[in-house]
Amino acid sequence: MSNDAKIALRGVYKQFGKKVVLDGIDLEVPRGKSLVVIGGSGTGKSVMIKCVLGLIRPERGEILIDGQDAMKFSASEREETLRKFGMLFQGSALFDSLKVWENVAFGLIQGRRMDRDQAKQIALDKLGQVGLGPEVGELSPSELSGGMQKRVALARAIAAEPEIIFFDEPTTGLDPIMADVINNLIKSCVQKLGATTLSITHDMASARKIADYIAMIYKGKIIWHGAAAEVDHSGNDYVDQFIHGRADGPIKMEVLKP
Amino acid sequence: MNPLAVIGRIFLDFLVSVGRVSVFTFNGVRHVFAPPIYLRLTGRQMMVIGYYSLPVVGLTALFTGMVLALQIYLGSSRFNAENAVAWIVVLGITRELGPVLGGLMVAGRVASAMAAEIGTMRVTEQIDALTTLSTNPFKYLVAPRMIAGVVTLPVLILVADIIGVMGGYLVGTHKLGFNAGTYLKNTFDFLETLDVVSGLVKASVFGFIIALMGCYHGFHSKGGAQGVGRATTDAVVSASIMILIANYFVTELFFSGQ
Ligand SMILES: Nc1ncnc2c1ncn2[C@@H]1O[C@H](COP(=O)(O)OP(=O)(O)O)[C@@H](O)[C@H]1O
Ligand SMILES: [Mg+2]
Repeated sequence: MSNDAKIALRGVYKQFGKKVVLDGIDLEVPRGKSLVVIGGSGTGKSVMIKCVLGLIRPERGEILIDGQDAMKFSASEREETLRKFGMLFQGSALFDSLKVWENVAFGLIQGRRMDRDQAKQIALDKLGQVGLGPEVGELSPSELSGGMQKRVALARAIAAEPEIIFFDEPTTGLDPIMADVINNLIKSCVQKLGATTLSITHDMASARKIADYIAMIYKGKIIWHGAAAEVDHSGNDYVDQFIHGRADGPIKMEVLKP
Repeated sequence: MNPLAVIGRIFLDFLVSVGRVSVFTFNGVRHVFAPPIYLRLTGRQMMVIGYYSLPVVGLTALFTGMVLALQIYLGSSRFNAENAVAWIVVLGITRELGPVLGGLMVAGRVASAMAAEIGTMRVTEQIDALTTLSTNPFKYLVAPRMIAGVVTLPVLILVADIIGVMGGYLVGTHKLGFNAGTYLKNTFDFLETLDVVSGLVKASVFGFIIALMGCYHGFHSKGGAQGVGRATTDAVVSASIMILIANYFVTELFFSGQ
């Protein structure tokens, strides 16, 4: 699958101060497929995604987007490349000074200089796709529940019909039913767009539902990857411990360390 | 601990901060001069800085002018130089107290609000979200605030100057027994354009400092609510100190020109 990788990370290394967060990540996201990265909290999943988006600069390594080295991009090339991306942030990251529909239309109005009325139509249409009526569009994000905020954030991520979509813990903090609603929305939106997606989660139900491929990150490295169906017989103790959620196993929670 | 090491550490930290602020300033100013400029956002910031600060700054100026008249009267009556009251009040207000006290009040009100707003956007990933929606955060958040600070503060301080002089006039005519016509004549006979202009230039510089410190500390806040609180305090303290330092140097600049 190597020459048809939409995104490829090679030996990506990042440390904050003395703390090594990414210790040589190798990962490929095949074009048009959905890769889910699983791993415990604080293992550097969000940092990894932010490296690909150029929000964090890794110390070493290569990040290829459509075969081009993202680390060597000029500011304008980076901006151009970012137009291919949609991103659903862990905490939704809705702009609380703007109305819901303005949030969804933001990338169209500010990023693509689209006319406001036209952008609003598209925004309301996208809100409809995630099951929110036009009256929600006039509210402020702070008036919405966590699940609704996630849906708005999803609508914002897909509004510009990106080629690549990143989902950072799309179901964390939601009840199981709402989580499943979000999973279904992700699946249907992605199918409609034919997008390549990279998702991060520690919710196995969500991973099984949306993944074509699964990879597991541990201590800054990818320790296993394979097709989604193989995850149950990976033969990898770390993966087994994680998907069954056992306290005992090779992964030790560093409870006592500060 | 070795005291020399501590001093060295503090000095190095200081240099690092100076470097960071310089780069931040450069980036902000670059986006002020590179189109597109977000006029609507700039307008909103002008309202926040100018219009909503007017009551606070106006009251400050009014009572400063009043107390100035009282004190100068007390001082000058010892030399039978009571006629100096009017023009010392007007000089004191336009050259120093209007811009400096007004600037400090706005620093307390506005730099803190900017740092809190931008800091919250930082810790909730809204600034990252801006970038992924093809919008440069410097252009969207920093440039409008810088423009608004530089343009609005002189206008605000001009109004404050007028209110301050009026405060002196009220005390002079009602309490100290000056004739209204003489007081006004004494005020305007000695006033030179440069007195007012130098004060307004100061105000403009202070407006820049306030916007810069509010944005800088907001951008660099981390660690949740506590981090935002710290950023708010740091913004006010550093803006206030920089205003006082800049005040001396701008004064010297105008002083040596005479
Ligand atoms: N900007 C940053 N500065 C310093 N440390 C960071 C920063 N971002 C993340 N980290 C650290 O990197 C580690 C991984 O964080 P993250 O990628 O958010 O974890 P997760 O896998 O839960 O998404 C954490 O220990 C976190 O403290
Ligand atoms: Mg995370």
